[in-house]
Amino acid sequence: MANLKETILNPITKGNPITVLVLGICSSLAVTVELKGAFVMALSVIAVTGLSSLVVSLLRKTIPNRVRIIVQLVVVAMMVILVDQFLKAFAYGIDKQLSVYIGLIITNCIVMGRIEAFALGNEPIPSLLDGLANGVGYGAILIIVAFFRELFGSGTLFGFPVLSAIGYTNNGLMILPPMALILLGCVIWVQRSIQKDLQEK
Amino acid sequence: MEYLSLFVKSIFVDNMIFAYFLGMCSYLAVSKNVKTANGLGLAVIFVLVCTLPLNYLLNKYILTPGENCIFGEGVDLSFLSFIIFIAVIAAFVQLVEMIVEKFLPSLYSSLGIFLPLIAVNCAILGGSLFMQQKDFINVGESAVYALGSGIGWYLAIVALAAIREKMSYSNVPAGLKGTGITFITVGLMGIAFMAFMGISL
Repeated sequence: MANLKETILNPITKGNPITVLVLGICSSLAVTVELKGAFVMALSVIAVTGLSSLVVSLLRKTIPNRVRIIVQLVVVAMMVILVDQFLKAFAYGIDKQLSVYIGLIITNCIVMGRIEAFALGNEPIPSLLDGLANGVGYGAILIIVAFFRELFGSGTLFGFPVLSAIGYTNNGLMILPPMALILLGCVIWVQRSIQKDLQEK
Repeated sequence: MEYLSLFVKSIFVDNMIFAYFLGMCSYLAVSKNVKTANGLGLAVIFVLVCTLPLNYLLNKYILTPGENCIFGEGVDLSFLSFIIFIAVIAAFVQLVEMIVEKFLPSLYSSLGIFLPLIAVNCAILGGSLFMQQKDFINVGESAVYALGSGIGWYLAIVALAAIREKMSYSNVPAGLKGTGITFITVGLMGIAFMAFMGISL
């Protein structure tokens, strides 16, 4: 039981996929201009990591080692197609806004990384939890970065005026791509200042 | 002339790293020294130039309904594009790996270790997904776009590797060491690359 708890909590803090393992950066930076997009992206990634870890874990004894990458990619691609079709049907505007980045969940290293590192050698239920927890760890960072970018870049949160209501002039730099990287750097800085054992030599 | 414009634009303005954050994971992981960065960069150019035109043809003649499609107007297979693109890329990467391993062992020892990484490099799949949005007129254009994007990625990784080699002598705050400072460096490089924005030939 303690083991399961560790499986769930570890990816959110000490083993966070973005800030500690540095996986899945590509999509995390591009979708953080607004909280809404970041939120939908986080949910999509949680769904894909959880489900594909589960499926690969169920199949793990039948996959030949040499072609496993292709098999894993096909499983992941199937999940992403499901998510994409779902978004196209129920949230078309957001699907257009996220454009290629939904498709790029396929190559999101978190998904492949967890499959390789965890799902291939573990039972289905822990694999599902591990996948979901890693998705949550990813989503948490996404939402932190998007919070600051939307608040200072457009003066709004989820589209509602917050800072812009009290006469704040929008900082255009926050919306531009490089600022996402710098903010993420700062998030890592804060996290490593608190958890000193994560610091690199 | 149009080819030249597309070429320059895809290297500098629509740079895979600084404008779209594609291929970030391997970009950050493999940029510790210039030599390995060089190898990975070249491998990315090669795989992009080979798979993107192939995916273009598949997209034009099989996936998109219309007069060019071999199935005619009625059959819309575009929802399959993710799985087809990633299958082409993964299969191609595995094929190249086998060929290089068999016939060019010296190249394999310097480049080969990066090839499996490339199957899940977002820059490759991202290139194909952007190609789908951009409506290129012919295969030539898609090949030029692939070459330009590849070179842009190559330049970015070699530049970052050079900076990181130099940076190992600087005194970085403890929490920022390693990953944190790399993010901020990439952010600053991104700001520099924004100078190219709006260039057209």
